[in-house]
Amino acid sequence: MAYSDKVIDHYENPRNVGTMDKEDPNVGTGLVGAPACGDVMRLQLKITDDGRIEDARFKTFGCGSAIASSSLVTEWVKGKTVDEAMTISNKDVARELSLPPVKIHCSVLAEDAIKAAIEDFKKKRAARQAKAS
Amino acid sequence: MVKLPIYMDYHATTPLDPRVLELMLPYLREDFGNAASRNHVFGWKAEAAVKKARQQVAELIGASEQEIVFTSGATESDNLAIKGVIEFYKSKGDHIITLKTEHKAILDTCKRLERVRQERLDELKALRLGELSGQDVTEDNLAELAAKYDVENDAVYLKWAERPTGGARVTYLDVEPDGRVSMEKLAAAMTPKTVLVSIMFANNEIGTVQPIAEIGALCRAKGVLFHCDAVQGIGKVPFDVEAMKVDLASITAHKMYGPKGVGALYVRRKPRVRIAPIIDGGGHERGMRSGTLNVAAIVGFGAAAEFARKELPDEAARILRLREKLRKGLTDALDMTIINGSMEHRLPGNLNISFAHAEGESLMMGIKDVAVSSGSACTSASLEPSYVLRALGVDEELAHSSIRFGLGRFTTDEEVDYVVKLVVDKVRKLREMSPLYEMAKEGIDLKSIEWTAH
Repeated sequence: MAYSDKVIDHYENPRNVGTMDKEDPNVGTGLVGAPACGDVMRLQLKITDDGRIEDARFKTFGCGSAIASSSLVTEWVKGKTVDEAMTISNKDVARELSLPPVKIHCSVLAEDAIKAAIEDFKKKRAARQAKAS
Repeated sequence: MVKLPIYMDYHATTPLDPRVLELMLPYLREDFGNAASRNHVFGWKAEAAVKKARQQVAELIGASEQEIVFTSGATESDNLAIKGVIEFYKSKGDHIITLKTEHKAILDTCKRLERVRQERLDELKALRLGELSGQDVTEDNLAELAAKYDVENDAVYLKWAERPTGGARVTYLDVEPDGRVSMEKLAAAMTPKTVLVSIMFANNEIGTVQPIAEIGALCRAKGVLFHCDAVQGIGKVPFDVEAMKVDLASITAHKMYGPKGVGALYVRRKPRVRIAPIIDGGGHERGMRSGTLNVAAIVGFGAAAEFARKELPDEAARILRLREKLRKGLTDALDMTIINGSMEHRLPGNLNISFAHAEGESLMMGIKDVAVSSGSACTSASLEPSYVLRALGVDEELAHSSIRFGLGRFTTDEEVDYVVKLVVDKVRKLREMSPLYEMAKEGIDLKSIEWTAH
């Protein structure tokens, strides 16, 4: 199967690979997928108190399309507000990377990873606020 | 500098040996005759060439030329062996024993025979229910009538069901963790209705070589026919139908440096094994496989068989040395690697290895100038990893992380060196971006995490 140039570019030069401190109250971590399915994505977002995504890091176990999908969304979410990031859909990812039908699940995983990371951040924030009050 | 791309997928197919091609060419040009033309020199030449090839193929496996039936390849040979035996021996029994790790040409043939039997039983059930109820049996009332008359335990139906159905019942045996069949389990699976055991010589994914001589001896003692899909092992590891008591064996040319589109089924003469043909026509190949012979390809098959026979000892030793160099190079440089399948009973040219936490398909993408295969089926619609590895009990993540290297006649030391360096490099790179590798390094048990399967 031939990969699109954009998938190859992200695979060969992945953006924002890395690990953030998951204990940091401003870091939301999303871990989605399953090793048994051959895809696991971990997306970490550093989010300011007023809800803007300052930075993003990913690590992915999966095929080239899964790596490219996660690499791409780290670029997209940076600078966005949490609400804006929540509107990124798997269709946007699939279209940008020209993913074939059998690879659509990779883009779904990327969307899920954003939502999971933001949810983790919101949970942490809620827990902090509950503690403070 | 090593020449790219590098071919390390010899289990999928092998290149045509240039010596074989040379010997084939006259039969694609001036010697184009039909081997069945008995009345002129064109036919005689073709017939003589086929006879020679038949001897060459027979000699490679310790058979006689009358026992070789040329086919279009191993898939046809497998179909012919299984369907041919089930059809011919239907009054004797209808039970087949095979392995879960067999090639799809075996497994899907068996599944079809199971379907044929089931359809026949369903027909008989409906017929019997019609008799019992006096009603027309339709899809709508079938389940209701079946329950009412308890047809599954009806003496008449049960008697009918014992008659030949044209299909088969099949036992798919598990293999041991090293990929080999358990002789105890095989013996225990045999019933008075067992007519055929079909077990491969060597596995196409993990290279595991089965104890063919032991299986042959057991089958002979029990009066059960033994078919062996010998595609992957022939020409690589010694194979002898007499010593191993094999009754039927499937072979193909393109896995031993011959052309594609030609293969053979060995059919034993003493004691005689009979099969019903699955292709009817002009009665070629002693009625077992009609169709004009593909003379040029058969000539190539014969030549390839002769080279394989003569060069086997030297070639096997050379390829084994290269395979070990590859294995050591990879496993010395990388942690968390697992070899899939038996190391002891293994084809010399096979290495099936899982690089934990580095996904197979992305690794193949990273080493795109090297042709290999992966047990990760991410490209297929099913997303299921290799059924062979799963049958061994290999963890699904490791199945997704597996790569099959196949070395062969034209593999060089330089290529192995290049591949080791490249693979080590790419595995490290992928692991650097793998959350699983990071977690494993931190000592987190990945099994303890609740994953969201998708």
